[in-house]
Amino acid sequence: MSSTVALIIIGVAVLFIIGIKLLSSPKTARIGNLIAAAGMLVALITLHKPTGDYVWSQGWTFNYTLIAIGTIIGLIIGAIGAYSVKMTAMPQMVAMFNGLGGGAAALVASLEFVRRSHSLEGITAFIAGSMLFATLIGSLSFSGSIIAYLKLEGKFEKPMTFPGQNILNGLILLVILGLCGWLTMNASGGNATMAFIVMFLLALFFGIAMVMPIGGADMPVVISLLNSFTGLAVAADGFAINNLAMVVAGTLVGSSGTLLTLLMCKAMNRPVTNVLFGAFGSSGGGGAAGAGDLAGKTVKPIQADEVALLLAYAQRVVIVPGYGMAVAQAQHSVRELSDELGKRGVEVQFAIHPVAGRMPGHMNVLLAEANVPYDQLIEMEAINPSMDRVDVCLVIGANDVVNPAAREEKSSPIYGMPIIEADRCKTVIVMKRSMAAGFAGIENHLFYKDNTRMLFGDAKASLNALVAAVKAS
Amino acid sequence: MDTNVLFIFILAIFVGFEVISKVPSMLHTPLMSGTNAIHGIIFFGGILVLADAATPLAQALGFIAVIFGSANVFGGFMVTDRMLKMFRKKKQP
Repeated sequence: MSSTVALIIIGVAVLFIIGIKLLSSPKTARIGNLIAAAGMLVALITLHKPTGDYVWSQGWTFNYTLIAIGTIIGLIIGAIGAYSVKMTAMPQMVAMFNGLGGGAAALVASLEFVRRSHSLEGITAFIAGSMLFATLIGSLSFSGSIIAYLKLEGKFEKPMTFPGQNILNGLILLVILGLCGWLTMNASGGNATMAFIVMFLLALFFGIAMVMPIGGADMPVVISLLNSFTGLAVAADGFAINNLAMVVAGTLVGSSGTLLTLLMCKAMNRPVTNVLFGAFGSSGGGGAAGAGDLAGKTVKPIQADEVALLLAYAQRVVIVPGYGMAVAQAQHSVRELSDELGKRGVEVQFAIHPVAGRMPGHMNVLLAEANVPYDQLIEMEAINPSMDRVDVCLVIGANDVVNPAAREEKSSPIYGMPIIEADRCKTVIVMKRSMAAGFAGIENHLFYKDNTRMLFGDAKASLNALVAAVKAS
Repeated sequence: MDTNVLFIFILAIFVGFEVISKVPSMLHTPLMSGTNAIHGIIFFGGILVLADAATPLAQALGFIAVIFGSANVFGGFMVTDRMLKMFRKKKQP
């Protein structure tokens, strides 16, 4: 590798690091993304083969035609996916792109492995190990991401479990690791290709088996984890084909993704092992007990015009958005209501739970789409201390993230999860389609509190009624 | 060579941890999406293997790898940009 190429790769690495750094602040995030993209472009233009040859100065062969066609097809798929997807379906799209990246990482490693095992250059155990790692993690990430995508699309959302599942998965993993171990030692042997294919297929299956038992509510954590997996697979590919830029980029994603996964789990107050192996929604015990306590209590419904009066004459209103708002596509109506109240001098804030919706930051993205300025969005820790001074708290399609059971009831499956303490406000209005339970599958005590009123109906329709009523009052 | 790469690998782990240690949860999704685009660098891995593919099977699989990688990198950056485009401080009139 010439020193010019080395310098360029250092530059690319710096662009990626600065890009990720800027992505972690709202003011600079967009430029950060563009800087990372610029790094990618530089790396593409200066791409060198493992042998040190400049890729784009080789003779144009059929393979290059294939590269050009493949690139264009991928570009079209990516562009259609990125620009046609609804803002509510953003998490699925990230899962899909991640899966494709994982699949690519597995294919690259496989091709390199099979080529090297048939060639005379031989493979060191280290290189064989990194190719096997990339294949295993990449294909697992591919199939796992597709299941995560389908779950977020509402297909088999419920966790799928059967007795002994964790043991079976453990056995499959052991077989995979055994095959990998054997292949590391016998990479050039006659049976290597066959064993490799078996390993590949088992890894694909393992990705499915790993994600199937996890409930739809935990998909964000799963996607974040699979994202960091793909990063590591890419880094391992970088080792295998001797491409430093891939090692750096993949590792950065792997480690920052791991940290992000842990941050998300921390926001839900659950250890990551519980998310992956706990089969959250299937434990009905806490829910049943909760329902028993509430047997004698009833909820108190309210009409839109009455809510409008409460809102219009309040000093301070806090809106707690949840997935229900996303489903009803109600973010624009929410903005309208907040503007209308703002004009009347009401202080309106949005309380954002870190895991509201289907992905951390999901609500922020949706509200930003509706032009709600981000300084009006307050994070849970920042708003909780002042909840006592809030006149009206409007809960729009959020459920588990405002459930006081997380604070009060030790038997509840969500006990210990930090919540937005909506129940401490003077009046709580819960907008909801029905009394159905939230993602965690448990009753919400908030709905039965004395200061809570239920406004039933589709969130968007209710909000439009509220806007009209506030204008009239 | 191997030890040099390992050295870089270890340093990159720490940089990755350090660089996002203080990120507000509102940016978790865009950040995940942005890092998702960065691992799209596997696209180049696809190009490199396909450029040297010698058998029809290798060409076919390399071709798929290029499509997947290309969709990952282009789609990843575009979807992230689309998310972030919407973050703005002042209300539009």
